[in-house]
Amino acid sequence: MEKRVTFGRWTIGILFAVPQLLLIFTFFYWPAGQAVYWSLTLQQPWGGGNIWVGLDNFRSILANADYWNSITASLIFAGISTGLAMVIALVLAALTDRQLAGSWLYRVVLIWPYGIAAPALAMAFRFILAPEAGFMAFANHFWPGVWDPGLDSADAMASIIIAFSWKYVGYNFIFFLAAFQAIPRSLIEAAAMDGSGVIRRFWDIQFPLITPTIFFLLVINITESFQDSFGIVDIMTAGGPANATNLMVYKIYSDGFKGLDYSGAAAQSIILMLLIIALTIVQFRFIERRVHYR
Amino acid sequence: MTIIKRGFAALAAGALSTALAVPAFAEPVKFDFWFGLSGDLARVVDTLCKNFNASQSDYEVVCTSQGNYDATLQNTIAAFRAGKQPTVVQVYDVGTATMMLSGAYKPADKLMEENGYKIDYSDYFPGIARYYATSKGEMLSFPFNSSTALMYWNKDAFAKIGKTEAPKTWEDVGADLKALKDAGYDCPMAINISANESWQIMEQFSAIHDQPIASKNNGYDGLDARLEMNKTKFVQYVGDLKKWYDAGLIKIKSKDLGQDMVQAFATGTCQVIMTSVGDHGTVGKTQKEGMNWDVAELPVYAGTERKNSLVGGASLWVLSGKSDAEYKGAAAFLNFIHDPRTALFWSTNTGYIPVTKSGFEYMKSSGFYDKAPYKGREVAIASLTASEPTEITRGIRLGNFTQIRAEFGTQMQAIFANKESVQDGIDTLVKNGNAILDRFQQTYPNKTLP
Repeated sequence: MEKRVTFGRWTIGILFAVPQLLLIFTFFYWPAGQAVYWSLTLQQPWGGGNIWVGLDNFRSILANADYWNSITASLIFAGISTGLAMVIALVLAALTDRQLAGSWLYRVVLIWPYGIAAPALAMAFRFILAPEAGFMAFANHFWPGVWDPGLDSADAMASIIIAFSWKYVGYNFIFFLAAFQAIPRSLIEAAAMDGSGVIRRFWDIQFPLITPTIFFLLVINITESFQDSFGIVDIMTAGGPANATNLMVYKIYSDGFKGLDYSGAAAQSIILMLLIIALTIVQFRFIERRVHYR
Repeated sequence: MTIIKRGFAALAAGALSTALAVPAFAEPVKFDFWFGLSGDLARVVDTLCKNFNASQSDYEVVCTSQGNYDATLQNTIAAFRAGKQPTVVQVYDVGTATMMLSGAYKPADKLMEENGYKIDYSDYFPGIARYYATSKGEMLSFPFNSSTALMYWNKDAFAKIGKTEAPKTWEDVGADLKALKDAGYDCPMAINISANESWQIMEQFSAIHDQPIASKNNGYDGLDARLEMNKTKFVQYVGDLKKWYDAGLIKIKSKDLGQDMVQAFATGTCQVIMTSVGDHGTVGKTQKEGMNWDVAELPVYAGTERKNSLVGGASLWVLSGKSDAEYKGAAAFLNFIHDPRTALFWSTNTGYIPVTKSGFEYMKSSGFYDKAPYKGREVAIASLTASEPTEITRGIRLGNFTQIRAEFGTQMQAIFANKESVQDGIDTLVKNGNAILDRFQQTYPNKTLP
């Protein structure tokens, strides 16, 4: 039987939990409740009063083609940037784990990007990807007009995906490397003695053993790509051109704070929250089945 | 003992009452002023505040930059909801309708009257005053930093095609751009098509051509005004800009692409731009060595009778819920800003224009417009006063106009990327813009614009 510390009276347990519960209530449930309330009313920005409108805010948002465009853009962004950030990080971690020459250097350097604030790295990428002055100006010099994020939707989407993935490669790398290093050397050595090559060992031994990490990073990356993309979009494209990069989280900001439509923005954030919850449930229901926890 | 104690208490009370009765011993009354300018302009505002504080000893204004206009409005709203609002706040032109319905302000004209300042409101340039006044002509806020859009043109480039004057009609602009292209200029004219350029491309164009942006006299006569620029000359104008863009006569320049319009003009890369007179100083300071350039009024289509252009910039609002002493200070501050000498200081150090006739006369008589770096800025006054404001050219009074500007940027980008035809794009702009106006009207039921 497992040993457990038990409290005689349930009140003591509650008392221990109170500080944490208070924090969660103040910083999560209270604002979230406020957002739900706002989403069911029309708020005057200066606080002059509000009108109960029921689900009207949701109806008008869901009937708006721009909003569906924003959802599509967010899903494309989440899918591609998560894929890129995870695959690149996985490859880099696998190589670093093989103790190739100089791997101690990569181990340190590859973690840095995650430490850079989104607006700062967005500014850097804006310079790098500027079609007239940046690195991409070379491409435009040889093939005029090939790169134009100012007007071309695909180019603009590509820029924010590149910037976001670059940041999360660093984050994913740390976790992948830790997962690889947790695999007992003896397993790999035994496989090597049996004559399996590097690729074979990766697919049959290392990959199955790190599936819990892959699953964890998948959930985190998808969630973050919905939420952490704001700074990058704001600096690099401001949602343009023609709404091509107007991701859900950016639309909430621009409608709410620039347009002073607090109620519409509150309704959008409720929808975003539900979407992230739904995506996470789907991942736990269907993908987690393929994960082998040791 | 008790007698002594009482005596002390009486003495202390007496001392206290004297202190209260004689304001000369009192600390100056502090009040807050929040503004939305940053960088160089913020430093000029700070100096302005220091000058005010030095000019008298009763009040002390504490000036805080909030970074930009959007943030200033957002932060002020948040502060107001928490009861910690500043006394004076700078709100940009298109925030005027939102402010008027907020119920959060003290009318500027009443404030001045109550505190014994006589302001001659007819001294303001009518194009500026009526942008911020109610439909009945009352001034709820004070015009502060004001500008209008001008055409900047490169004299050297135009000399190469045998021109010594800026084009006056859009027909001439088309011909001149073609000639510049043929003369080997890669970028005859630069524009940008983000939300910000709604101001010069849509709003100024419509005013100068006396074309409405929205029904109900651009919204002055009611919250049920709806957009209608899909039926005006604006459609033809966007069509021409697009045609010139396709022909390579116009290039799009923005910061995101590497170089913005003003930089492109100042470095001599592009030969014509349309931007605020506020950039006059920047172009002068950053221009290529020896480049000859000038400013002109925005062109009109041939056969159009030119009307006044619109003022851009911001005005100063006094918020409600402050003490009488703070209002006294705010009134003194507004009166200080109204002074022609302040106008000269302000316009010399920024590119903004004076807002009153007396300010303009004072600057003219002091020779401001004769000297090299400032010469040409009087064109802005000419443009603003080209005619008496009509019902349409006095301004735009639409709710959430910031979002309509954003929609302008979105649809212009769709048009220029060939995703939509010109007419379809502007129709979508009207449709989406009207949804924004619907929503604004629903948020303020039973309310009317003053």
